[in-house]
Amino acid sequence: MARRVQLTLGPALLAALLVAALVLGTLGAVAIRAGGFGALRGADMQALWFTLWQAALSAGLSCLLAVPVARALARRRFAGRALLISLLGAPFLLPSIVAVMGLLSVFGRNGIVNGTMAALGLPGIRLYGAHGVILAHVFFNMPLATRMLLHGWQGIPAERFRLAASLGFRPRDIHRHLEMPMLRAVLPGAFLAIFLVCLTSFAVALTLGGGPRATTVELAIYQAFRFDFDLGRAASLALVQVGLCLAALAISARATLPSGFGAGLDRAAPPAPAGAGLLLRDIAAIAAATAFLLVPIMAVLARGLPALNDLPAGLWRAVTTSVAIALGSTALTLALALPLALAAPRHRWAEAAAMLPLTASSLVIGTGLFVIVRPYVNPVSLALPVTLIANAAMTLPFALRTLLPEARVLAADYDRLAASLGLRGIARLRYLTLPRLARPLGFSAGLAAAFSMGDLGVITLFSDGETKTLPLALFQLMGAYRMDQAAAAAALLMALTFALFWAFDRIGHHADPR
Amino acid sequence: MKHTLMLAGLFVATAAVADESPTLTVYAPDYFTSEWGPGPAIEDGFEAVCGCDLKFVAGDVLPRILLEGARTEADVVIGLNTDVTARARATGLFAPHGQDISVLTLPIEWNDDTFLPFNWSETAFIYDKTRLKAPPQSFEALLDAPDDLKIAIQDPRSSISGLALLLWVKAVYGERAPEAWAKLAPKVLTVTPGWSESYGLFTDGEVDMVLSYTTSPAYHIIAEEDDTKAAAIFPEGHYFLTEVAAQLNTTDQPELAQAFMDYILSDGFQGMIATANWSYPAVIKDGFLPEGFAALPRPEKTLFFSETEAEALRQPALDEWRAAFN
Repeated sequence: MARRVQLTLGPALLAALLVAALVLGTLGAVAIRAGGFGALRGADMQALWFTLWQAALSAGLSCLLAVPVARALARRRFAGRALLISLLGAPFLLPSIVAVMGLLSVFGRNGIVNGTMAALGLPGIRLYGAHGVILAHVFFNMPLATRMLLHGWQGIPAERFRLAASLGFRPRDIHRHLEMPMLRAVLPGAFLAIFLVCLTSFAVALTLGGGPRATTVELAIYQAFRFDFDLGRAASLALVQVGLCLAALAISARATLPSGFGAGLDRAAPPAPAGAGLLLRDIAAIAAATAFLLVPIMAVLARGLPALNDLPAGLWRAVTTSVAIALGSTALTLALALPLALAAPRHRWAEAAAMLPLTASSLVIGTGLFVIVRPYVNPVSLALPVTLIANAAMTLPFALRTLLPEARVLAADYDRLAASLGLRGIARLRYLTLPRLARPLGFSAGLAAAFSMGDLGVITLFSDGETKTLPLALFQLMGAYRMDQAAAAAALLMALTFALFWAFDRIGHHADPR
Repeated sequence: MKHTLMLAGLFVATAAVADESPTLTVYAPDYFTSEWGPGPAIEDGFEAVCGCDLKFVAGDVLPRILLEGARTEADVVIGLNTDVTARARATGLFAPHGQDISVLTLPIEWNDDTFLPFNWSETAFIYDKTRLKAPPQSFEALLDAPDDLKIAIQDPRSSISGLALLLWVKAVYGERAPEAWAKLAPKVLTVTPGWSESYGLFTDGEVDMVLSYTTSPAYHIIAEEDDTKAAAIFPEGHYFLTEVAAQLNTTDQPELAQAFMDYILSDGFQGMIATANWSYPAVIKDGFLPEGFAALPRPEKTLFFSETEAEALRQPALDEWRAAFN
């Protein structure tokens, strides 16, 4: 028994150590290079406060709005449902610069909404300011919340709904006895993940924030580096971020309760509840979410497609580079996420380690690694592994949040059965773990590929002029006044990102025996 | 967190080419080395005469030099702005450029023996003539314009043009800069991290005017044959911006580095700057400016703070700016 536990924990421990070294080791290296942590300024405290409240509000709204949408999607069947679910995930995958372009064309001064309001003689809305940041964060993160909740709903065995129906449960009773326990299990994790995403938000806050009041900690870190070259203060700010993450994680751990549905027989989903009122409500939820999430995306496509033929040849090299890196980092993400997710139901440290990268500043990681390796090796020789590890680490928290609820169910429902059958090691992985986790694994793989595609970090630090990714090319086009070509590159980037995500997500669905 | 690829750049960046011919390593900003920036033309031009391999390393030039210190692999840096030359000079890593700078045709006096300007422009608010029929005719008129005139500016803490605006306001209004900002702030639709995002807002019609450069309309006129974009020229003067190059005294290729500094003021380099970098060359001779460029309206007055003045003004100006937005 003890030996078996060790065998499963080995990879998880390794992954946890790797991640901890990446996040905390680099922070330490920057602090040492700076000769200690620097003092924070008044402006930094203001940034901290703004970061906290906007992140809490953004995460709360995202989760709140996602509940009716996820419930409607879970209990209704209609043509194109699978495609719609995939599409609704798109905003979360978008590189922020592309998403902002889309939001502007809908909510901006010249956008669709203000155009309609003006035509109707109504006063327009103002996008810029704290509420612009929050709107953008909800746009980005509501899809994540929706998907996590949808997984939760799908995780309630169909037998429980049948039993509820035979007991004559009304929707209110179903809500109380089936949905609430699931929500209590899933929502804290979703809230935490989104809270942390918004905590480290950078580009969005900058463009839609309206002014220096909307400064986030991540931005303050960037400015400490770029403007003041104050590594000590940057390290202090990064430490504050890590501290916030750990505190948030601890709080959510207390709020999470296991749902305790027990194992089901994987029967087909229950029939949708009857009642015109419920149907109307579900239709409204799905329609509103579709409009909110998809119109900006359509706008990006509409703006970019006309110039698609004018894209310079060099751009296609960037496309190849981006896709290759995305595939590599996807493989690595799964290799890190699966052992951690399997260990997490019994070992808190595994969950904490997997969540850690979410709060890391990539600027600090990049600088820290550079400082660490430069005295010993030519950093170029480590370019590929370091890129892959960093990209994978950045996706890890999302992969874990997606996998963990199902991993908990798996452990609770099948551990004893598997133990009594002597199902262990590779066999257990093949016949039990992978099939049961196929959907969240596919989803996680899609996330990893998408995040890697949208990665824009090069602009904040250094690259050579030759190896460039698609997002960097996009930025360079903008910097060279070529806004139409940049829009085309944005549309292309968005399409590629989504295609990769969709492919992995589909593979997960097909591999799921249910 | 979505920008980890910087790591790739970071590590790829130090790629040294194992080639027979000597390599000159030049650190440059990101925009510089793309096929749409001036980098490729500079590389071709210099490699044609130097018998060497010019290798650009793109990124935040000064932060990287500061991290690497005396062990940097850079032989030359290009594309530093005057906002960082004081800190760059303080490293003691830079050697004199050895050029006769009396040939420079800058609108200001330049007597720096270390940092060599290769292009210049001035800050200006750009507008679209078809959308803004009556642009403000002076800085004062801009401040007094109704608040529904919306402008986009850049964050002075992350963008050189944003910082230049702080200094522009300081140069025009001095002690009264806080009042000026109080009037300007309500017209600022948003503050973007960099120039690109602001300019994108402008071309998408989100804002009426955008903080950019007096030379920006040249791109639209020459590359797009679109003469609807113009810079509002203010009699109070416009703030001068230049990009400079310098060689490092730690270089292992001193001859090549010196040859590159010589190349910067050559006709081959200066003659292509206008359309490669959409700014004025540091040396303007006949034929260096295409037609659309030469016809751009010029401010009567060019404002500029010396490096030490600018360094001293930076923090107080930033505090005033922040206060205006609170």
